[in-house]
Amino acid sequence: MIRRAERIGFLALPGLSFLAIIYALPLFMLLLKSFQIDGQFSILEYVTFFSDNYSMSVLWRTLRVAFLTTGLALLIAYPTAIIMARAKGIWLSVFLVAMVLPMSVGVIVKAFAWSILFRTRGVLNDTLMSLGLTEAPIRMLFTETALIIGAANVFLPFMVLPIYTVLRQMDSRLPEATVSLGATPVFRFMNVTLPLSLPGVVAGCAFTFSLAISMYVIPSLIVGERQQTLSMLTARSFLYLRNEALGATISSILLIIAISVVLGSSWLASRLGARQ
Amino acid sequence: MTGTDRISLALCWLFAIACVIFLMLPIVITLAASFTSSAVYTLPPPELSLRWYQSLQQRSGLWDAVKLSLNLAVVSTLLSLILGTLAAIAVTRGSFRGREAIATFTVSPLMMPGLVVGVALLQFFREIGLRDAYTSLLLGHIVITLPFVMRTLLASMAAFNFSLVDAARTLGLSYPRAILQVLVPNLAPAYLTGGLFAFLASMDNYPISIFLTDARNKTLPIKMLQYLEEQPDPSLAAMSSGLILLACVVLIIASRTVGLNRMIQG
Repeated sequence: MIRRAERIGFLALPGLSFLAIIYALPLFMLLLKSFQIDGQFSILEYVTFFSDNYSMSVLWRTLRVAFLTTGLALLIAYPTAIIMARAKGIWLSVFLVAMVLPMSVGVIVKAFAWSILFRTRGVLNDTLMSLGLTEAPIRMLFTETALIIGAANVFLPFMVLPIYTVLRQMDSRLPEATVSLGATPVFRFMNVTLPLSLPGVVAGCAFTFSLAISMYVIPSLIVGERQQTLSMLTARSFLYLRNEALGATISSILLIIAISVVLGSSWLASRLGARQ
Repeated sequence: MTGTDRISLALCWLFAIACVIFLMLPIVITLAASFTSSAVYTLPPPELSLRWYQSLQQRSGLWDAVKLSLNLAVVSTLLSLILGTLAAIAVTRGSFRGREAIATFTVSPLMMPGLVVGVALLQFFREIGLRDAYTSLLLGHIVITLPFVMRTLLASMAAFNFSLVDAARTLGLSYPRAILQVLVPNLAPAYLTGGLFAFLASMDNYPISIFLTDARNKTLPIKMLQYLEEQPDPSLAAMSSGLILLACVVLIIASRTVGLNRMIQG
């Protein structure tokens, strides 16, 4: 039996070697390339990037948008997940469809829909004007707020579902037990529900943040070329500027951020798991 | 229930309803915009018309892009299901060290920036002299689909009772046959869920595909963004509605066979 359990490990080889060659190796080579100029080790590209005002402003914008998108998504997702975890029957179906259908529709369709909504002569402005909230149409498309709203919309299901899954698994009698012991609702939420749901919150935030930091289709449709993000700058340096050194540096920065988010969140998740 | 309880619960309901409306908004807008008779996006449409659906026939290269995208999504998902089954069995049943790390590694492409993976593949394929666009796209799309399959298969195999496979072996089935006839049918919901999400992710991918295409091999997302730049009329909403219809069909299949709640937790 032991021999078979060891032999079974070889079944992982085709998939693992595929990912090692077609995914890990290219990423590693890209990272290596960003530290090289004419075959020599150099951090010159990074020095150039971090001392350039324009690229720094793009870096900050990317981080800011990703943080705010994650925050907005969490703000909407948490109460929704609480309700979803308690919902039954038709309401549960409504919530599930509202999560899974947008997830299945794809980014391009949704980003395109938001670009229609945010147009100066679009639905949102028409509604605002007919309600008398504003006299003249507000410029919404091409603004950072529009980008954050659109991005939060696209990534929302990825925030709701992990929190919902954790809350659903939580023994529903637990909060009631604390009530019978005389705890106030606030005390109960802060000391029972919130700590138990934290692994879901961490998973949702990490996933949303890593998607938001590297999104490309959403900003190109909603804010366009005027306000670049790191991904757009990468695409531009490869596809239009043909400046591969710059592209490799920016992609490596994105890669390093993504890897730290993955490692950081799994570290946090294991610590939270150990505490419980 | 105390008063504070009722107020906070009502507040949560308010958020939840707003969230549902917010999530459905882009889909409703796209559908509404696609049936307009006017040449620009005006909502609500002044008159209902199917003219933009008819105009899709005149879009050059649209059908080729649809065919290429479907081809890539189906082939890469099937290959991922095979690779994923083998790897997930190894991780679940093996006794070697580093199984956790392998599990994390195989799911990790989900969280890596797609554009960076695309750039890395572009340079790598150039380095090894791979010039064929279809092959590059297919390899890239397996990187997209494999983590979706791995995620669901790992979760469901952890809960699967492997003594069923052992029982089938004592009844005389070879190991591969036992996997095919016992494990795969038992985990059908996971295969369907992982497969469907993988398929949809491949259909929708832009950031990796854009670096691997050539003039003759353009996937649907690339073609759609190109149309959007060249001629952004409501026929794009009609195309999008087609994709929404595809997603609805996939979901109806999934909810009838697996159930939506199981689908998202797989």
